[in-house]
Amino acid sequence: MIKFNEIKRAFLVSIWFMFLTFPIMVIRVNPVERIVEWRWKNMILVGIGSFLLSFVWNYLMKRKELGVKKTEAGEETGTIPLAQRILGEKRIYIPGLVAIGVFTMVFPLIFSMYQTTIMTTALIYVMLGLGLNIVVGLAGLLDLGYVAFYAVGAYAYALLNYHFGLGFWMALPIGGVLGAIFGILLGFPVLRLRGDYLAIVTLGFGEIIRIILENWNEFSFGPSGIANIPRPSLFGIDLSVHSSIIYIYYIMIALCLFTVFVVNRLQDSRIGRAWIALREDEVACEAMGIDKAKTKLTAFSLGATWASMAGVMFAAKTTFVNPASFTIWESIMILCIVVLGGMGSIIGVIAGALVLILTPEYLRAFSEYRMLAFGTMLVVMMIFRPGGFIPNVRRVYKFEGVKSADKS
Amino acid sequence: MEPVLKVQNLGMNFGGLRALDDLDLDVDKNEIVALIGPNGAGKTTFFNCITGIYPPTDGDVLIFTHGSDRPERINGIKPNRVTEKGLARTFQNIRLFPNMTVLENVMIGRHCRMHAGVLGAILRGKSTIKEEKKAVEDSYAILEKIGLAQFVDEFAKNLPYGAQRRLEIARAMATEPFLLLLDEPAAGMNPNETQELDELIKQIRDEEGISILLIEHDMKLVMSLSDRIFVVDYGKKIAQGTPEEVRNNPVVIKAYLGEEVDA
Amino acid sequence: MDYFLELFLGGLTRGSIYALIALGYTMVYGIIGLINFAHGEIYMIGAFTALIVISVLTLMGMNTLAILVIAGVIAVIYSSAYGYTVEKIAYKPLRNAPRLSALISAIGMSLFLQNYVLLAQTSDFLPFPCLIPDFEFMEPYAHIIGSTEIVILITTAVVMVLLTIMIKFTKIGKAMRATSQDKTMAMLVGINVNRVISVTFIVGSATAAIGGVLIASHVGMINFYVGFIAGIKAFVAAVLGGIGSIPGAVLGSFILGWTESFATGYVSSDYEDVFAFLFLVLILIFRPAGILGRSEKYKI
Repeated sequence: MIKFNEIKRAFLVSIWFMFLTFPIMVIRVNPVERIVEWRWKNMILVGIGSFLLSFVWNYLMKRKELGVKKTEAGEETGTIPLAQRILGEKRIYIPGLVAIGVFTMVFPLIFSMYQTTIMTTALIYVMLGLGLNIVVGLAGLLDLGYVAFYAVGAYAYALLNYHFGLGFWMALPIGGVLGAIFGILLGFPVLRLRGDYLAIVTLGFGEIIRIILENWNEFSFGPSGIANIPRPSLFGIDLSVHSSIIYIYYIMIALCLFTVFVVNRLQDSRIGRAWIALREDEVACEAMGIDKAKTKLTAFSLGATWASMAGVMFAAKTTFVNPASFTIWESIMILCIVVLGGMGSIIGVIAGALVLILTPEYLRAFSEYRMLAFGTMLVVMMIFRPGGFIPNVRRVYKFEGVKSADKS
Repeated sequence: MEPVLKVQNLGMNFGGLRALDDLDLDVDKNEIVALIGPNGAGKTTFFNCITGIYPPTDGDVLIFTHGSDRPERINGIKPNRVTEKGLARTFQNIRLFPNMTVLENVMIGRHCRMHAGVLGAILRGKSTIKEEKKAVEDSYAILEKIGLAQFVDEFAKNLPYGAQRRLEIARAMATEPFLLLLDEPAAGMNPNETQELDELIKQIRDEEGISILLIEHDMKLVMSLSDRIFVVDYGKKIAQGTPEEVRNNPVVIKAYLGEEVDA
Repeated sequence: MDYFLELFLGGLTRGSIYALIALGYTMVYGIIGLINFAHGEIYMIGAFTALIVISVLTLMGMNTLAILVIAGVIAVIYSSAYGYTVEKIAYKPLRNAPRLSALISAIGMSLFLQNYVLLAQTSDFLPFPCLIPDFEFMEPYAHIIGSTEIVILITTAVVMVLLTIMIKFTKIGKAMRATSQDKTMAMLVGINVNRVISVTFIVGSATAAIGGVLIASHVGMINFYVGFIAGIKAFVAAVLGGIGSIPGAVLGSFILGWTESFATGYVSSDYEDVFAFLFLVLILIFRPAGILGRSEKYKI
């Protein structure tokens, strides 16, 4: 039932938004040619749109408040999320996993080069997302300069190859180590900072690295970047463009599997628990004997290692790097991946990366509105679903007597 | 008597404010000591100074480990180092890890007694698996002792209030302390829960051999539990002694207990 | 010597603009402890609104000074309205949520507003007409400082004085100070905290709009992205002076303005933006509370 009050409210909201968006949405000026364009249609659209959205907003708000009340009353916090139920059901999830596995393996054989390249890009973001997930999702450290480590990896490969002729397989581990070193270097000074300062300082670091890459021509060849970076070779054999695209795809699959394996093991370990505890309550964490500095540094440098390896991969895939690929927006996009999927949740982050990278690719009309949608998404997710769409499932220990403990 | 903690001339300044002034306090082995005083007397600040959250401005915090009579000065070392040395604490306003399960909360307490690093976690070798398994078992054993075993897989945030307070104690015990510092453990509890807590604290002392220093406002609990009581007001110690002595000390009655003396 | 003076005054002008934006950051942080990432965008929207109004009125053939005043007033109104709305949508529902959530929401809002202007208007730089006339009495000093700079300095000074009066002496100012000390306590003594927060956003946005109009006519062009970088720098200034402290924000802004002015003047302009960030990193490492800020002892 929609009450009269709500209609009145929605009406006022729509008037307010028509007023608010009036100059920017309705009038378009071209000061050079001295033309003013009036777009009254937009005003009507805003009016109707905000009128309807007001109902949706109120409905969601009410549901949220209801949820809060339930928790406060000590009732069970809702049912188990759908995703979690599916994952818990072995009969569904094992065939599902097999199907997904087969699909990913044959993907480049069925689909075109173009599709494979896009998929490889998405996989790079899966890796970046999983890396940032360690820092933001598990340890709760908001890193807005994550892309700097991505750049470190990409430039490491580009420059090592340019100066010393190093190949991809040498550059990958070196890139990872360099990323870890940068992570520690950056981590040390910012460790003492509280969450919000950390965000802005990492943002600053990210920008500093980009500006340096843009201006230090002798080192990084400035805005024009470095071209002709070789693709990975297979046992010393250089492949044709066609086969190396497929080859890179399979390398990326392997790297993603490796990442999932590592992150999965880490989060169920002594270190992983310490990260989560750190996210939950720093003071209590320290009082329980956890070395805050060391724990943060581990998270930071591990996250950086992954970003850097993804960077090496990126350079090898595009065969060209320049500073324009490493702007703050890239960092924010990776953050979106983590937030949408569910902070701390591996499957969530994978799904998040695939959705956010593939949707704009396939819905070209939508790609213009991509950033607008990302911004909206961050706000809406934080308000209504801070756990993401596929929230993290905490490990549950089962007890057969007291003696043995096993994963359920 | 064997001391485990000796605090001498402890002082703490916040800017111009002298929050603690020339405080002496000691706890012996297998002893339950209470620290009481009106709100704002500096009790929690005292805890924070001992556990490394604030570095004290002056004085000494000395601990005696493994019954050695050579004291170790722990002023100004980091909170996690203090815990490693064997002092564990709870918080006045509950500070659990709300989105972790009860078992995981206790396992965090085991952290400083475990060793697996990043590589160990990734490779998950024999020793890591063994260590993890032992941590789970030990944590579960502690939960059973504290009476929280039925909540083992609950999220800490979903626990009833009294159980959350007990979980804080369980978590602190998992760090294998020789001295447990409890900051108002009975705050917000009903008489029933308080009674259970009384028994629990005695049990911890008797069965685990852990000494206890607690801050508490519930006078009945303090009188029932404590071997000795220290009274502070305005950051200064104004009295100390057995419950009987403190109860009858006119200075204490004037400063703090007032009408409640016969409670 | 003239060059030095030019850089000094240039830094002062820059600092004034930063100060106008930094005030919003510092006031909001003081009240709700949140870095309002979208604040830079509020400033950008102020400048854009002013540009739109100016273009329309110019076509209608009004005289310059009237246009400037009208555009300024409308920009202030719109920025305030945006600031108010942003708070209601993106921050108010998250007031009791973890800090990280509110911060991510703020970043989302910033991203949204940038792209909103980008899509509704254009991604190109638009020329912003300079409507401040060249004063005759300024002519002898024209090689050191222009009329626009003088207007900027005077306006900033006036805004600062008004703001100080508001916070020190008015009822709402007192309520703001009380709320920033202790939100719960303020609520208990009958202060409408929601209203105080709204007013804080409105006042902060209004000063940002003034800054937006001034810097746009100083630089002579704007696009959807100007808010972000200016916002970050103003934030640096606020942190430098001690976030939460209003005199601190002003002091920090001048220091940052001078640093940038001298560094670009004597060293190199390529790394202009790096100085701000380096400054930020160094400050936060060595004196996280800022110059005039007090280090907060959180209660345990």
